[in-house]
Formats: sequence, structure tokens, C-alpha cells
Amino acid sequence: MSSHITRRDFLKSAGALAAVSALPVSLIELAFAESAENFTFAYISDAHIQHIRGKEFVRNWDKGLIRAVAEANLMTPRPDFIIFGGDLAQLGSKEELDHGAEMMSALRGKVHYVMGEHDYYLDLGEYWEKLFGPQYYSFDHKGVHFVVLNSILTYDDWTYHRWPTAEQRMVEMAGLDNPNGSPFMVGEKQRQWLAQDLDKVDKGTPIVVFSHSPLQKIFRGWNFWTEDAEEVQALLRPFKKVTVLYGHVHQIQYNQIGNISFNSVMATAWPWPYPTTYRQAESHLPKLTVPINRADPFQERDGTGWQFINLATGNVDAHYILYDNPARTVAFNTQSGQPEDKQYQALDNRLPPQNHY
Amino acid sequence: MNKLMFQCRRLAWAVLFSAPVLAEPVGLPPVPIPADNPQSVEKIRLGEKLFKDQRFSADGTVSCATCHDSAKAFTDSPLTTSRGIRGLTGTRNAPTVLNAAFLKTQFWDGRSPSLEDQAVHPFVNPIEMGLPDHEPILRIVRTDPVYQDAFKKVFDKQGEGITLNDVTRAIASFERTVIAGDSPFDRYYFGGDSKAMNEAAVRGLQVFLGQGRCVPCHVIEQNQALFTDNRFHNIGVGINRIQDDVPRLAGEFLRAKNEGVNVDVVVLADPKTSELGRFAITDQLDEIGAFKTPTLRNVALTAPYMHDGSLKTLRDVVEHYNNGGARDPKERVNPYLSGGIRPLGLSETQKNDLVVFMEALTSPSQNKPAAKPRKGEKP
Repeated sequence: MSSHITRRDFLKSAGALAAVSALPVSLIELAFAESAENFTFAYISDAHIQHIRGKEFVRNWDKGLIRAVAEANLMTPRPDFIIFGGDLAQLGSKEELDHGAEMMSALRGKVHYVMGEHDYYLDLGEYWEKLFGPQYYSFDHKGVHFVVLNSILTYDDWTYHRWPTAEQRMVEMAGLDNPNGSPFMVGEKQRQWLAQDLDKVDKGTPIVVFSHSPLQKIFRGWNFWTEDAEEVQALLRPFKKVTVLYGHVHQIQYNQIGNISFNSVMATAWPWPYPTTYRQAESHLPKLTVPINRADPFQERDGTGWQFINLATGNVDAHYILYDNPARTVAFNTQSGQPEDKQYQALDNRLPPQNHY
Repeated sequence: MNKLMFQCRRLAWAVLFSAPVLAEPVGLPPVPIPADNPQSVEKIRLGEKLFKDQRFSADGTVSCATCHDSAKAFTDSPLTTSRGIRGLTGTRNAPTVLNAAFLKTQFWDGRSPSLEDQAVHPFVNPIEMGLPDHEPILRIVRTDPVYQDAFKKVFDKQGEGITLNDVTRAIASFERTVIAGDSPFDRYYFGGDSKAMNEAAVRGLQVFLGQGRCVPCHVIEQNQALFTDNRFHNIGVGINRIQDDVPRLAGEFLRAKNEGVNVDVVVLADPKTSELGRFAITDQLDEIGAFKTPTLRNVALTAPYMHDGSLKTLRDVVEHYNNGGARDPKERVNPYLSGGIRPLGLSETQKNDLVVFMEALTSPSQNKPAAKPRKGEKP
């Protein structure tokens, strides 16, 4: 419709035009013969809707989700679909999931949901499934194969035999640096399903995997971690272009392991600082080079945001909408073969960290 | 930048008041003066004359001073939104010129980077001074003998040599003398006079600094206070009312802007588009419905409040913030609200104290007309 802005205009409005238009057109043509096949999807994650009592919910977390939904609704033309990256609820209750689903219902467009540990460990995903459907599945869209995984499962003993109540199980899994916690995993059953699912897919087809936890090992104390990450990565290795998009970490991360690009998404609720990583032999994350400033305690939305993902090249360009902060773009660099932050990649381009508090 | 600026406050102060002023106003930093527009007594005087000249409007009734009246703390209080030629009204409440010299951007949406640039636009805005272009102004200043003399003295220019740039530089020079400090708050907080504010105002200051969450945006620094962060925030004024229209409005506006529409005209003429605020200038999603933090100095004299003049009293303003960005607790707050705005839970006493504190921000100079008409000047 003529009264609508074009995608180009929208990207400009999101402060991301420069990044997107910097992609040579030939690359887009290489990836998809028809330019009509290029597409964008929005990604909202980690709303942590928290029930207080009665009809009261934590206002701040509500505001974060409401704002992301309203802004995603401004994308014109519409994104092809929207991903919700997990942790819609804080403690997995029916009230929280219902309230979150109600706010999400304002979104215009098809939403795919990913399971987060905060959605899961009260009733092991039972009510969530009723609202949002299966916990893992795949779908194809415009030449890309998308896989949704539930990556926040853990050892059966921990899940089924450790805790006297479901509530306690939920709270134990919700904590950081909790010696009673347990590492996330995709699990054998799902890996078998994934192997079968991928078996049907041509090795040249771009693959995009949505998981809540990173399918790589970063920091175990906060479950920035998936115990069977290597096994999952092995299943993805035969494909030419693979991207894993994950939530959970409430901060921007990106990494490349072999053929697999990793991009995290922001939370709408609150930011985590980068953890003090302890290096283990199997850690593949490069040295963290971008210090995150402490979030401004006055600006409740500081350090939170949402993102839209452009798949024009078959690799992921993640555009982060960050309130009170400059928008950032982490785009796959075809020359270096890895995702790179458009602003921070070069040393002399980095903003100095905040050193005073 | 500091190299480009120098302190000229004593000069400015002396010009604004006929009586010699012995002390600089307490609570203000040095007035920044651009290197390419140094102050002089003659230039300031010329600027003031230009500021008050109604001939620079389409129907000869409107000058800068019409909406920025020195007798009303340089606003047009109590008008809700400003009135231009032929009684036309715009979409925005006249911001005070007082201390505008310190601001990093001008206009409510910051669409102008300097006082010099700002002065260019109202002349030709169809609902402000309504000139078709700036030629009529240049005709007057090139032919009026008083102006001929003044421009010769100030810029050493005459005839065709006089440009719009000279006109706006003179106006900006005058505006840099329109500064206000020395309020009871300043004498209390910076001047060490513990008696300068009454007890309610002192309690109100504590609310301002604490539970009221005012000071992060209306900044008070260690040795001076401009009461602004020079940033833009969506605080739920205006935008709440049109929130459901934002997807349509934002799209239509961006499209029109890409096609070259005059933003200055659109935002003052269309009440709904006006509410897009800073977004209309920057296209940034997180500036939808955001407007510049205004100074609070002399705020007791400039009712009504907010960019659209929609809040009648300071008490209404306090209630708006106390409700978390809504006039009424039941009003639906827009989803693009700035992260700093949230319900405050202030008691009645705290609200009253906060109002009393804001009333202590009135400069003594503003309790009387700041400048008298000069000899030979039409009132």
C-alpha cells in the first residue's frame, strides 16, 4: 500500500539502514534467485513476566514486553514471523504464562515460541504446550530450514527425583551460581529427532536453530551452557550455512565454531553483565572484548531491547534495538566467515567502557 | 568545544538590566558563546530590537517577543499553544527563552542545533510569523535607517551586504543575555544561605532528588543547575492520547519526510504528527513521543506545562509523574514510554512540597519585566 513505509524506510527508522544497505546486492542474489524471497523476522525474548499476587504483576517486566511488541508491530512491511525466545514467565505459573500470552497476542503476525527454563520447571512444560504447541519442531520458510529446540532439559534424576515440590524445583533452576542447579541439555531423545529431521534437508540449505540456552559452552555457573552442545553441533556440521540464535543470556554475544554462527538476543526484562568467564579446555568463546556497562538503574529499559533478523544472505544479520543506547548490528561477514559487530569489531571503533559508578 | 566558548556573562547581565549588577547569578555555568558570534553591547541591543519587531510577520502583528514575552518569563503564558499570525494556533506550548543559551538543541523536539539556526524558522512557518521567505526581513533591515546604523556598527555591513545570517546572529546574541539564576534554590543550595528556602521547599528538594525521580533528567550539578539533561523522553504527554494511531502516523510521516515534506511545518500544523516528538527528527524508534527536558527555572511563571500545554498547574504535573506518565491513574500509558517514568507513590505532603520547591526556582529578575522598551521603540 502506498501509504506504508518501505522496508528500507523502516530499517532506516530503526537506525540500521547503513548496516543493511552495506550488503552487496550480488550476495542477496546469490542466496536467493528471487529477491522476493529475502525476508526478515522479529525476535523478542526473556520477558520474565512475574506474578506478585491476584492481578498484580511486576510492572517493569510487563513494560519491557509491551514495548517490544508495540515496536515490532511498527515494522513495515511486516516481518515474516516473530520468534519468542523463551522465559516468557519467571516461575512458570499459569498466571504468568497467561498474562504473557495476552501481551504477546497484540503482536501482528505468526509467533513461534521457544521453551525457557523459567517456563518449564514448574509443570515441565505442560501448560506452556497447551498455549504455544510442541516444545521442539521444525519448519521451512523461503528456502531456509528452521529448527526449534528445547535446550533447557537436564538430567532426569535432577528433574524427577531431587525435589520435594515442583515449586522448589522451579526456584532451584531459576537461580544463578546455585550449587543445587543442573546444566542444561538438549538430551538424547531430541538429538535423535534432530538427526532424523536434518536427514531430509539438503546440505546447501541454510539452517537456523532457535534454542533458549546457547548451544555452546560459555559459563556453567549461569547456565550459559548446554551440556551436550558438542553432540548437537556435530549434527549441524554437515551443513554449509548454520546459525544458532539463543536467548537466556540477556546480552549480546556472537561466536563462530566451524560452520556454525552463534548469535544471542537481548532480554526485554533486564540485562545480565558479562560473567567472569572461567576458561575450561572446551570453552570456545573468544576473549570477551566488549565490556558491558552497568545498566542505568534509573532508566528501567537500559540494557534491554529486542531485535530483528535479516536473512538476505542466508546468514544472520541481527539488528538490536536498544533503548537509550545506539542500535547495534551483528552481521555475518562473508570475508572473515564469522559474525561481527558492525560498530565494535575494530579496536579503534570501540566505545570506551564506563569506569565510574 | 570549550575553546570556542568564553565567558561573557557579566556583559550579558549588565545589558539585560539597566542598573549595574554586581554579582553574577548564582547557580549557572558560564554562557557558551560561539567563536563566530562574539557578544557586543551593540549587537545585543540590535538583537533585542529585531526580537521585538512585529514587521517581520505576514500581517505585522507577531514578533519573537509575542510568544516569548519578557513580562511572562519569555513565554506566552497562559496560552496552551502559541498563537501566530491571524490568530492561528500551533501545536506546541512556547518554551521559555530563559537559559535557552545553555541548551544543546532548540525547539521541543531539538530540531535546531543552535540559537542562530532556531531564529531562522518561525519567520517562515505558516502558523507562526507566516512570511513566504526571508526577503521581507532583509528589505526592512537594509532600508530602515535605525537598522542601517545598527548593522553598520555591529557587522560593518550595509545594503545587500546584510544577510539573514547577520539578523539571526544578532537575535542569538540578545538571547544569550536572557539568563536566569539566583533563585532561592540557588542561594540555598549553592550560596550557602540555609534560610533562602522555607521548610516545605527544603523537603521538596529532597523529594526532587529522591523519590520524585526528578533530578536524573532535570539535572542539578555540583556547582550549577540547568535542570535539563538536554535529552528527549517520552513521558506520556500527548502520545498517550494518540498511541493507537502511532503505527499509521509513523509510517505516513516517514514516507512524507522521504518525499521531502517540510518537517518544521508539519510538526507545528498537524496535532497528531506533532505528538511523534523527537522521532520526527531522528527516525529513531526509541524517540517516539519524546520531547526535550525543559529547564525548570521560573517554571512557576510559565503555566500551562508540557510541550502541548496540556497540564494547567505544577500540581497537575506532579500528579502526572506520580501516576507513572498519565494524567489520570486509569489512563492507558503508551507502550513507548521512557524507562525512567514509573509510578512514584508520593504522599500528599510530598506532592505539595515538590510544588513549593519548584516555586523556589523563580529568579528575582523575573518577578518584574526584564527589559523596558527603549527610546524610539514601539511598545
